[in-house]
Amino acid sequence: MADKYRIIHCLNQFFGGLGGEEKASMPPSVIDGARGPGLLLQQQFPDVMVVATVIFGDNYIAEKTKTATQEIIDLLAPYFISSKAERPVLLLAGPAFNAGRYGIGCGAICQAVYSHYGVPSVTAMFPENPAVDEYKKEVYIAKAGADALGMEDALEKMMGLGLKLLGQEMVLPEQDHYIPQGRRKNFFSSQTGARRAVNLLLQKLHGETYETEYPMPTFDRVTPAPPISDISRAKLALVTSGGIVPHGNPDRIEAANAQKYGSYSIKDIKVLTAASHQTVHGGYDPTFANENPNRVLPLDAVRDLESAGAFGALHDTYYATVGNATSVANAQKYGRSIAEKLLANAVQAVILTST
Amino acid sequence: MTKEMEKVGLTVVHACSIVSISKTVGANRIVPTIAIPHPFGDPGKSPLEEKTLRKKLVEKALKALTTHIDSQTIFA
Repeated sequence: MADKYRIIHCLNQFFGGLGGEEKASMPPSVIDGARGPGLLLQQQFPDVMVVATVIFGDNYIAEKTKTATQEIIDLLAPYFISSKAERPVLLLAGPAFNAGRYGIGCGAICQAVYSHYGVPSVTAMFPENPAVDEYKKEVYIAKAGADALGMEDALEKMMGLGLKLLGQEMVLPEQDHYIPQGRRKNFFSSQTGARRAVNLLLQKLHGETYETEYPMPTFDRVTPAPPISDISRAKLALVTSGGIVPHGNPDRIEAANAQKYGSYSIKDIKVLTAASHQTVHGGYDPTFANENPNRVLPLDAVRDLESAGAFGALHDTYYATVGNATSVANAQKYGRSIAEKLLANAVQAVILTST
Repeated sequence: MTKEMEKVGLTVVHACSIVSISKTVGANRIVPTIAIPHPFGDPGKSPLEEKTLRKKLVEKALKALTTHIDSQTIFA
């Protein structure tokens, strides 16, 4: 056993086999040995041994990231103070695929464990996972598919990258399949910069394919809209990515990777009830939202404030989709389409609620 | 979705539980809410207390809509 790579693996409650959404608020715990994807990892890499698995609740880590990562650092302390031969040499987290909360957890753990214990820490995510932008600069994130169908491939890439880091080999995003961190590495080129630049320009002028040496960063930011000057006359609309739909889900909006959004009338409706509305979001425990849908789409409070004159009027329709592993391209499409309808109805202000 | 709406001139406030995601995605006005499965509620409280809490959050969102900002702002 002594010649095996001893690693720590981190999983959410689901992949750790402890439960689904009902366990999403559980604080982190640690167990000896491998679980779920860790067992597969050991099969794929026979010289790897998962000494311990950290399992955390998705909601707990996404809502209390700092507390949770500190708890994990403490839970792992016994492993890192053991004798040198017993000490873990690497930490792997995930793969988190396109799961946002899980991605936050994996990114935060890798960042914290690397800075605290100094062992290489690697995770894997789908490039559109919202946690990627937050952690890519400091954390090695191998590229994974959108869902667990890509498990073997993601484990392969994550471990491959981890072993290279462990061996202090040079790694590059393209050849080692990880998300670029925006770092520069010096190397000697046979041609001067001037020559390479002119060559690139010629290739561009000739309409040939060329690869820039320094891609410009893209910041998809929007200038903040001006404030509403007279809220007492403003028309307000409600939009949600929390999956609140009329009972029975008439448009059959998907629980994950939603392919559409719905437009639903709230004319003369003062409050949402368990009988009238429900959530179809597959990414959180629906118990509380189904009990009282106002907990996600706060119609009752908005109506009270409308009566009290806190704003002009509420638009007769609300718009809903499910923001659960929904692609960025689809979210943009729904946003544009909803915006057109809102403008056509003279809406000025929007409260968009997300879970 | 918030960005697409702001691009055409609507003023949007994003009320959400995972502020870090809202920030990286690029929402401009952000109001942090209570928890992922119940952003506008707290099942541990009485229905009346819960409604008061919900109303306060909506008021905060309305306040955010009327506040001038130059960059991403969290209305905690």
